[in-house]
Amino acid sequence: MTAATMEDKAQMEITKKPLTDRIGGLVSAAASYLQALPLTLILGFFFVLPILTIIIVSFWDYDFAGIYPDFMTMNYTDTLGSWVTWKTYLNTLKYAAIVWALTLVIGFWVAYFLAFHVRTASMQMVLFLVCTVPFLTSNIIRMISWIPVLGRNGLVNSTLVQAGIIPAPIEWLLYSDFAVVLAMVHLYTLFMVTPVFNTLMRIDRSLIEAARDAGASSWQTLWNVVIPLAKPGMAIGTIFVVTLVMADFSTVQVMSGGQSASVALMMKNQMSLLQYPAAAANAVVLLVLVLMMVAAILRVVDIRKEL
Amino acid sequence: MSQPAEIDIISVSKKYGPTTAVDAISLKIPAGAYCCLLGPSGCGKSSTLRMIAGHESISQGDIRLGGKVVTDFPPAKRGTAMMFQSYALFPHMDLIDNVAFSLKMKGVEKGERRARALDMLKLMQMEPYASRRPAQLSGGQQQRVALARALITDPEALLLDEPLSALDPFLKIRMRAELKRLQKNLGITFVHVTHSQDEAMALADLIVVMNDGRIEQAAHPREVFERPATAFVARFMGDHNVVSGRVTGHRDGLVTFEVPGGPELAAVGRPMEAGRAVDVAIRTDRVRIGAPEQEGFGFTGIVSNIEYQGASVKISAAGAGIEDFTVIADDTAFFARPIVIGEAIPLSWAARDALVLGRLDS
Repeated sequence: MTAATMEDKAQMEITKKPLTDRIGGLVSAAASYLQALPLTLILGFFFVLPILTIIIVSFWDYDFAGIYPDFMTMNYTDTLGSWVTWKTYLNTLKYAAIVWALTLVIGFWVAYFLAFHVRTASMQMVLFLVCTVPFLTSNIIRMISWIPVLGRNGLVNSTLVQAGIIPAPIEWLLYSDFAVVLAMVHLYTLFMVTPVFNTLMRIDRSLIEAARDAGASSWQTLWNVVIPLAKPGMAIGTIFVVTLVMADFSTVQVMSGGQSASVALMMKNQMSLLQYPAAAANAVVLLVLVLMMVAAILRVVDIRKEL
Repeated sequence: MSQPAEIDIISVSKKYGPTTAVDAISLKIPAGAYCCLLGPSGCGKSSTLRMIAGHESISQGDIRLGGKVVTDFPPAKRGTAMMFQSYALFPHMDLIDNVAFSLKMKGVEKGERRARALDMLKLMQMEPYASRRPAQLSGGQQQRVALARALITDPEALLLDEPLSALDPFLKIRMRAELKRLQKNLGITFVHVTHSQDEAMALADLIVVMNDGRIEQAAHPREVFERPATAFVARFMGDHNVVSGRVTGHRDGLVTFEVPGGPELAAVGRPMEAGRAVDVAIRTDRVRIGAPEQEGFGFTGIVSNIEYQGASVKISAAGAGIEDFTVIADDTAFFARPIVIGEAIPLSWAARDALVLGRLDS
């Protein structure tokens, strides 16, 4: 076929393309959209729509009996103008900071032990599964099981008193910030262990040998090679732990005995008083704060290689 | 620069549980030599290198480096530096920090260690890339940085674990020339692990052929090539046909032996008792097509394959109990009288080209 006739044929195909071909083209173009449709619908209905609803409701009016469509910023000015809100946010951030620091240290050491000191892959798997065993029971049960341990006549206090170490039971073991932090660390450490373990497993073992060859002690290797390379995992774990702590209300309520507040607990109380627009405004503020924290983490550490 | 160290390996063994990776080897590497540990994978060459480096404990025996016994020393105290197979550059540091790492570990102050690292990078012609990360470099550049990092410790011996295996063939040849030049300039002992005969032949002053955790031969490349000590060495180095048989007798300074189901051949060698198994190596490029001049130095084979290789033609033949016999023929000679597959051709060689090989057990 010469070039001229080929051109002619191409021309013909454009002008006189059969209808079935054109439909076929449309179908193949639509196919990729169809494939993306189920996820789009699920995310749309269960993620985008609720958030939009919350944002819309946060501008509505309410009284003791109901909520009324409106556009007013009172919910925000009320929330941000109240010192109770600020104190609650500070308290929640305090929990987040303490729990983050503790889970980071504990989580890193557990992951380090699993990745570098357990030699066989099968043993690593077994020990990792052991770490996840507590997750076979619900959060609430694990939390409540601290009560007989930490209570006034609980395991710790009665042991210490009977051993004669302390004259009277320690009061701050349960229903205190200590109890809240302890329970949160217990609940969330695994969320730090998993991503850190994952990054540690990917570190080329010859890097450790290269460090040793260059005269680095174990601590120097840890500080100069292992920890810098584990940063992406720590960042992912940090995102998990911080978002979980910021959104927690049950742990704070149960373990502080109602004496401490968190942002989520504040929202729950507002909702039980049917102050939905106020709770919605609070939720939007919390969402923005958490998103800013995550953005800050992502700016400091590049986690792309871990995804 | 420090003085090169002689490396003395004294009946060293490495056992992993019940398996023996290195079996009581002894080896003396002269100071300032370029030594290649050569062998197939799993032969124990890497374990040997790692024991010299101190990254693998020594199950039995001792290693001396420049006169001092270093068996229980940590790697950094031995005066060796190791270059790893995948280079093991720290991905989170730029080149200067990578090279300066050992100085930082020693507590050298920042300005000084960076200046020294930059000098070392200059020596490797990597100075323009000093602030880059390893991932932004090509394989050859990474190797230069790895060399710089190893050499900044001023080692008496440099240990290289398959340094060229990650490079493409052209770069391989260029980098091996660079390695050789570097070794000549520095004058320190290099121990280089490889599974490539070409690499070992091109670089080494001393080739150590290993198999199954033992040293089959340790000698100058020319010696290893021309007088392979064992059948394994002859086969592994290539360019030799190994013919096995049983000794039948001895006459006029020749050992005669019979190939099972084949002819009686002969080779120059000391008298051996009849019936003993014997391996004989015959250089592939010394085999002629034509009737033997002397009895026992040729046979007739059926051509099974012909490969044209440019300057030469590789002819595979089989027959008379010898399953695979390779002949490297000069291209002009071959095309002057072409041969076809299936043809029966007489093959012969000179008496001096048939070499009786030793056995490790004897």
